[in-house]
Amino acid sequence: MNRKIVGIALIAIALLALPLVLTQVGTAWVRIANLAILFVFLSLGLNIVVGMAGLLDLGYIAFYAVGAYVYALLASPHFNLHLPFWVILPIGALVACVAGAVLGAPTLRLRGDYLAIVTLGFGEIVRIFMNNLSSPFNITNGPKGITRIDGLSVGSVNFSATDTLFGLSITGPAKYYYVLLLLLLLVIVVNLRLQKSRIGRAWVAIREDEVAAKAAGINTRNVKLLAFAMGASFGGVAGGMFAAMQGFVSPESFILNESIMVLAMVVLGGMGNVWGVIAGALLLSFVPEFLRYSVEPLQMALFGRMLVEPEVLRMLVFGIALVLTMRFRPAGLWPESRHKREMGQKP
Amino acid sequence: MSAVLLEARAIGKRFGGVQALKDVSLTIREKEIYGLIGPNGAGKTTFFNVLTGLYTRDTGDVLFAGQPLELGSPYVVAQAGIARTFQNIRLFGNMTALENVMVGRHVRTQAGVFGAIFRTRAQREEEAAIKRRADELLHYVGIAHRAGALAKHLSYGDQRRLEIARALATEPKLLALDEPAAGMNATETVALRQLIEGLRADGLTVLLIEHDVKLIMGLCDRVAVLDYGEKIAEDVPAIVQRDPKVVEAYLGGGAND
Amino acid sequence: MDIFLQQIINGLTTGSVYAIVALGYTMVYGVIQLINFAHGEVVMIGAMTAFTVIMAVVGLGLPLPPALIVLLGVLAAVPVCMAIGYTLERVAYRPLRHAPRLAPLITAIGMSIILQHLALLIWGRDPRAFPQIMENASFAIGGAAISTVQIAIILMSVVLMAGLTWFVYRTRFGIAIRATAEDVRVAALMGVDANRVIAATFVIGAGLGAIAGVMVGTYYGIAHYTMGFTLGLKAFSAAVLGGIGNLAGAMLGGIVLGLVEALGTGYIGDLTDLCRWPLVGGMLAERCEADGHAILFGSNYQDVFAFLVLILVLVFRPSGLLGERVSERA
Repeated sequence: MNRKIVGIALIAIALLALPLVLTQVGTAWVRIANLAILFVFLSLGLNIVVGMAGLLDLGYIAFYAVGAYVYALLASPHFNLHLPFWVILPIGALVACVAGAVLGAPTLRLRGDYLAIVTLGFGEIVRIFMNNLSSPFNITNGPKGITRIDGLSVGSVNFSATDTLFGLSITGPAKYYYVLLLLLLLVIVVNLRLQKSRIGRAWVAIREDEVAAKAAGINTRNVKLLAFAMGASFGGVAGGMFAAMQGFVSPESFILNESIMVLAMVVLGGMGNVWGVIAGALLLSFVPEFLRYSVEPLQMALFGRMLVEPEVLRMLVFGIALVLTMRFRPAGLWPESRHKREMGQKP
Repeated sequence: MSAVLLEARAIGKRFGGVQALKDVSLTIREKEIYGLIGPNGAGKTTFFNVLTGLYTRDTGDVLFAGQPLELGSPYVVAQAGIARTFQNIRLFGNMTALENVMVGRHVRTQAGVFGAIFRTRAQREEEAAIKRRADELLHYVGIAHRAGALAKHLSYGDQRRLEIARALATEPKLLALDEPAAGMNATETVALRQLIEGLRADGLTVLLIEHDVKLIMGLCDRVAVLDYGEKIAEDVPAIVQRDPKVVEAYLGGGAND
Repeated sequence: MDIFLQQIINGLTTGSVYAIVALGYTMVYGVIQLINFAHGEVVMIGAMTAFTVIMAVVGLGLPLPPALIVLLGVLAAVPVCMAIGYTLERVAYRPLRHAPRLAPLITAIGMSIILQHLALLIWGRDPRAFPQIMENASFAIGGAAISTVQIAIILMSVVLMAGLTWFVYRTRFGIAIRATAEDVRVAALMGVDANRVIAATFVIGAGLGAIAGVMVGTYYGIAHYTMGFTLGLKAFSAAVLGGIGNLAGAMLGGIVLGLVEALGTGYIGDLTDLCRWPLVGGMLAERCEADGHAILFGSNYQDVFAFLVLILVLVFRPSGLLGERVSERA
């Protein structure tokens, strides 16, 4: 027990000190860490939908986009609205949640593949609207996106500027890091608690055998809708944070590849297992960075030119990860503890 | 004679060109063990699926405990007090035995997302009660020692028992078992028989589909026979057994006595 | 020019292509009840392969008739796509046939991402222009124009649909496919090799997809590594509209979807021009006088129609136009 507490304390200290260390290496690394946390956040949201309830959502990034645009529209010079973040984030979650429910309702009584294709289409539609809702009324500002979005601020503390605290200079990204870490902690707690609850069990039951779940008295339609809406609202919050942190949103950030990336994180880590999903998300968040810093110089050294862009390689890695995981380790690299408990007596 | 628990009236179901059920009416009384038998494809499982809301029916209606039963949505049927098992066992394979039974409590409990996230007092109490009840039921069906095992890793006989425990968790008045003895050896069948008799002793009504004629005849208070979707007999086992229509249905018309 | 008739012609053309691609989805779905998510990418690779071969042949400078050059492109694309279709089945679907339904869907998504980015590696990020080798003559009919390419596409589709129908209903192997679609286990008992049949549906679908890819390429004069995604989505919508698993349904669904899309795109701009709506137009009077119009949804929303059709079908008639009710198959 004591060792566990010490372990947790060490991890906490490491997580708290990380941005200060990374700042020394370069502020860019703090931003990378922030994006990684955001993707962990997204993966945990998608984990509710895909991992627990077994609903394949291929347009998850659309809810992230909805959250980001809600934030951008309500806190930028675009409409000259500057609402505080604690008002906008819940609104973003709510809008994403409603979008999720509206989208899920017609498909949830059909087989899972329909949901997959409809969400795939929805992701594309959201992008088309983001790109085109600039005339005759300029709502989204089209492909140019929305700029000069307000950052987070609490009282007199502005999260986008550097502050000095106890002689330590804390940069904007470092501050966001702490906010994100806090939010992430909340999301982890929510995920863990849901997993071990009546609703969480109902989700897993539906994933395992929908007919049996129905016969056992679960209103599968409502419970699935709930999973879908919950997952979407997580995406909405993450999107709001993204907009605040970047200060800029455009349709380019919300393409299909992003949805696939989040899916790969959930699948590789271990569908349904919170810690596995976190590990998967961290792993796949750093792969592109790793590729950027290794593949480019390597190719330049070997061939004198770039043959394979890191971006392409990244997507190939995700695709291969999806295929190989499902084929050889369907429960993921870090399977649910339910599974592990029984490893010894596998037939 | 005890009160009527379930009354099915003129249930009909058609699949494309096949009339799977035709005007099937039957009456099940409280605390009865009621057998539903018939040759393969006679419509027994279809009747189960209609009764438990997995299929929509074309005609007929059902009175359950004096109330009209809204068929067509399984969870409403479960809520009304009918629970079932499946011919080809359907468990939640990657959940533990205990969790499988806990899922069965879903319909009798209400904690939602809010309660789960904030761990409200009501939620914690309900969760503890769910677990307690699930534990009791595992004991009751005799597989408490396997509570932590994944359902898919249980032996065949234990899986059958687990399915019954999950059904019992919904607090049914009527328990519908679809071929519970299928694939069981003699010892397991005897144990199953004891379990079903115990259920009745504890006040439950049981509807049983079975192929094992010996089990049906020894266990059931009354038996209905389906053939080509129609009820051809309904009475106590001793009489049904001698019914020429039943003999003919089973032996394909070759028997004359 | 008669816009209505013109859009009908355009709709028939794209609809024919959707129908051919939709056949690929519907055949696979009919046999294994799963969506082949990577089918759109197969179509894209068909277009790209044909493009490469056509460019190479044109580069030789031989005095070949244009139709023959395109045919060479098709002949190269079909076996390449068939090989990919076969690989897809072997890698993404067959090993997971008894796994939970989610598993093959996820591997198929993975395969589709892999194919797309392999194409990006091979053919690059920029759209490739199909060489204009065919003299694209237009014929006037009733105030509209139809080009030789459009005629060729429509005729080719008819031939392919007729051929496939003949194959499925009149040959031994076609009967085996239908038997497997009806019930895999029973078909297997009757001596049908289910593995072969399932692989065959992937291969045939991919072959059809390759031809469809060439059609799209020559029609729009352009090929791009992302073209498979939207095309696949639309063709899938067409298959659902017709009733997934139903061959005639896929053909009908493709044509109907093509027409809906063409007419929708042709008229939506006018219909949502706020200046034509007295109430709203009054409020925008200044703007309407300056620009002449204030179009809410223009033709840039073209890709939305297929999705709307898909959603509407799923809500109101999930079995599609010609499909049977399958919801009760427990």
